[in-house]
Amino acid sequence: MDKDINITLKVWRQKGPKEKGQFETYQLKNINQSVSFLEMLDILNEQLVNEGKEPIVFDHDCREGICGMCSLYVNGHPHGPATGATTCQLYMRRFNDGETITIEPWRSAGFPVIRDLMVDRYAYDKIIQAGGFVSVNTGGVPDANAIPISKADADLAMDAAACIGCGACAAACKNGSAMLFVSAKVSQLALLPQGKVEAARRAKAMVAKMDELGFGNCTNTRACEMECPKNISVSNIARLNREYICAKLKD
Amino acid sequence: MWLLNSSIGKKLIMSISGLFLILFLVFHVSMNVVAVFSGAAYDMVCGFLGSNWYAVAGTLVLAAGFIIHIIYAFILTMENRKARGNDRYAVSARPKGVEWASQNMLVLGIIVILFAILHFSQFWYKMMFAELMGNHEVMLGGAAVSPQSGSAFIDYYFKGNIVITVLYLVWYAALWFHLTHGFWSAIHTLGWNNTVWMSRWECISKIFATVICAVFAIITIIFYLNGVGGGCSATCVH
Repeated sequence: MDKDINITLKVWRQKGPKEKGQFETYQLKNINQSVSFLEMLDILNEQLVNEGKEPIVFDHDCREGICGMCSLYVNGHPHGPATGATTCQLYMRRFNDGETITIEPWRSAGFPVIRDLMVDRYAYDKIIQAGGFVSVNTGGVPDANAIPISKADADLAMDAAACIGCGACAAACKNGSAMLFVSAKVSQLALLPQGKVEAARRAKAMVAKMDELGFGNCTNTRACEMECPKNISVSNIARLNREYICAKLKD
Repeated sequence: MWLLNSSIGKKLIMSISGLFLILFLVFHVSMNVVAVFSGAAYDMVCGFLGSNWYAVAGTLVLAAGFIIHIIYAFILTMENRKARGNDRYAVSARPKGVEWASQNMLVLGIIVILFAILHFSQFWYKMMFAELMGNHEVMLGGAAVSPQSGSAFIDYYFKGNIVITVLYLVWYAALWFHLTHGFWSAIHTLGWNNTVWMSRWECISKIFATVICAVFAIITIIFYLNGVGGGCSATCVH
């Protein structure tokens, strides 16, 4: 049964990208465990506004785990203690009465803090712009089954396409590496015939952009895979290495 | 040059130099097995690997492999720390499924290399290096021996010497952790992996690391107890 709990929150507050941040401690009383984590933050913000204080800034949008906007590093885990779920899918029944919850923003050189818990994840969009697309001639819609694709490839491409680009991979990585994201975005296209035409150019361009933006070098710790809310597999990273090395060797 | 500039290129250098060092370990452990059965045969191997040009050339290639692997370990670690940003997480937990070794490869590597320096000072410096310096005899605990007499070195350092034996066993333990991650990670960086092979490579890594380190450890313990040729008694020619 869900019950009402009292919790202590340690929240990272930072006025701007260049300002020095610090933790602030807040007490919340009688939070029902059926409340979602973000709703709990809404309650806290309402409390802060009523006290005449600045509310905590955090990213959120769809609140159903598909948009990739929410972030938050909760008690040492990106997207909190739940597995295969985003922060917005996290509920207070994961926490106990009297518990102290530490909430931090993604910490990675590639994701500078904008304010409080909100970080700038535009770097991922830049990587996508570098090559995460297919160029197709417009015209009539092709027949659904005109291009045969094996079930195995279709499944792997679909699994890779589940990536919502939230940035938890780089946030979880001790090397600040974005390889899980880039590999998922390369794989979802490289596996399909429509994406094969530009596969070599795509792998080279996206890795070059990733390196340019200051993300780290992958050392295969698999922390990204374990923390990914969409369970993207590191076998995509092996595929990206393969695509990239083959593309460079062909040059 | 993509091999030197790109993140995947740098990782590839790390991977190939690592696999090269793994091959060397296989060679080294096979050489040690010889010494368990026959001191004379082991001295033959040492003679063959003395200051002959091919042995010196091989040593230079091996040294290059070591140096590249170490330099890139530091380059990659420094770049990765920079990529992590200035602020560190106040609370961080190692997620389930992440091996401890995988996050501590640099520390494990430093431990391995420190013991390797001890090992080089005990053997290589007094064997190949002494010979290259033109010495045909080296002093070992008051007795003059040929730098090609590997069996005399083993007996001198290991037989009945518990401190050196334990130090070597600690070395193998660090090496075991380093290899359990390093082996499959190198294969993964080469791109030779998928969802099916992932767990297989991890398993092969563990088996490989265990076999290599266990054989090294067993041989070291035999040397401690019985010295060179201690693996057999009456049937072998010592």
